Amino acid sequence: MIDFADKPILELRNVQKSFAGKHVLRGVDLTVARGQSLVIIGGSGTGKSVTIKCALGLMTPEQGEILFDGQLITDPKQLDALRRRTGMLFQGGALFDSLTVWENVAFALLYRDSVGRAEAKRRAIENLAKVRLPASAADLRPAELSGGMQKRVALARAITATPELIFFDEPTTGLDPITADAVNNLIVEQVKALGAAAVSITHDMASVRKIADEVAMLHEGRIIWRGPVSALDNSGNPHIDQFVNGRADGPIQPAI
Amino acid sequence: MTAATQSASPTPTSPIEDSPLLRPFRLIGRTVLAGFREIGRITTFSGRVLLACVTPVIYLREVLRQCLKIGFFSLPVVGLTAVFIGAALALNIYTGGARFNAEQFVPNIVVVGITRELGPVLAALMLAGRVSAGIAAEIGAMRVTEQIDALLTLSAKPERYLYAPRVIAGILTLPLLVLVADIIGVLGGYLVAVSTLDFNGSLYLRNSWNFVTGNDIWSGLIKAAFFGGIISLMGCYQGDRSKGGAGGVGRAATLAVVGAAVLVLASNYVLTSIFVRMGL
Repeated sequence: MIDFADKPILELRNVQKSFAGKHVLRGVDLTVARGQSLVIIGGSGTGKSVTIKCALGLMTPEQGEILFDGQLITDPKQLDALRRRTGMLFQGGALFDSLTVWENVAFALLYRDSVGRAEAKRRAIENLAKVRLPASAADLRPAELSGGMQKRVALARAITATPELIFFDEPTTGLDPITADAVNNLIVEQVKALGAAAVSITHDMASVRKIADEVAMLHEGRIIWRGPVSALDNSGNPHIDQFVNGRADGPIQPAI
Repeated sequence: MTAATQSASPTPTSPIEDSPLLRPFRLIGRTVLAGFREIGRITTFSGRVLLACVTPVIYLREVLRQCLKIGFFSLPVVGLTAVFIGAALALNIYTGGARFNAEQFVPNIVVVGITRELGPVLAALMLAGRVSAGIAAEIGAMRVTEQIDALLTLSAKPERYLYAPRVIAGILTLPLLVLVADIIGVLGGYLVAVSTLDFNGSLYLRNSWNFVTGNDIWSGLIKAAFFGGIISLMGCYQGDRSKGGAGGVGRAATLAVVGAAVLVLASNYVLTSIFVRMGL
């Protein structure tokens, strides 16, 4: 199903990052194959978001290498090329609240690719339809939408530039279980339609089972386990067992 | 970064180094270094943004939107400031002038005072409050809700899409606002002079117009362009650096207003002394 012999779309080698003397990432190694959906799980504050932000160049790791499509990212030009071929869905949606919904969705077309406004709006409405939003939502402001709708607009924005790799930062956090499931379905559907790879971070196990091909667990700044989603329930790893079953007692200390 | 390396490598300090007597000096040193670091950051930030202001791509739509927000909607506050300052200035000069029988110079001094100094400086200070804080809060909120990160992932540079349009709008619109303030300020002086000081209205206006020179007006407008750039830049800079939720956004707005006001006043002195030396 997945061709692991192919060159990985994304590779992180020994990525380290600390804040004010506190080591958050202590050497993360991660590869994502083309078309693969990898979900990173881990407790709150274990550096899942930091990992993604390092991969996208939104944070600069102190050590380690990021490779995109086999190429080492070293200068701003390469980083720009990486960002052109990737998309990201932020935790809070991060929609631009001074713009309308369609301008958000078509942002990359309008400001990067210099597509005309009429054409950009047409394509934005097309993409809104893909996430089951009506054309009537196009002229609203993000603040006028519910949380679930904002996530869907953010998804439409992330897929507009037809990325080869999409990052999802806690796509279902803050949504009710039914809306969360709908968002999960849309993610699977759209990622498949694009043939893109996906890296998601979440601690919602329902989301993990729905969208993951493979699961990696981040604990104390390192990837301590990785395997197919089917192996989650009999991994034999006490960390995974504790996380999957949501127990406060075990090798992982609760973050309170 | 330096804090991280310091705490990561705990070097044993000698008792003398740790002496409480040295603490004030250490505090001074730390403050001075932090000050220089801040100056360096503001300079590189300004350089990046100003470069984006003069090289393509410039988003005209955004520039126009900001001109409206920064310029047009500041008209009421600038107009009110100017009319009251012009009126008070006329009264003060009348009182002061009376001490050596120079009451008749009220129109001349009001027009020079307004165009060269009070128009640009007070308009800039009002905008430091209105515009700097507004920009810092807006950009700061975008920063803490990850909208700036989202811009980067969509390959849009914040300095091009967010900062340059605001700075361009500041530089273009503040001189226009000051021109309006000049007119309204003179009008404020005129109203007081005619209504309470028994000046002849047409004579007052003719005296003002004959006395004021192009240099008086131009020097004020050039200052205004600098002030407009400073005000927008400080708002963008503090917003860009804000972190830590609502508190961080509030702090950014405060720092932007204080920074913009101080820089406006300091650069006002520098620019004025340059103009005076040039004979402007």
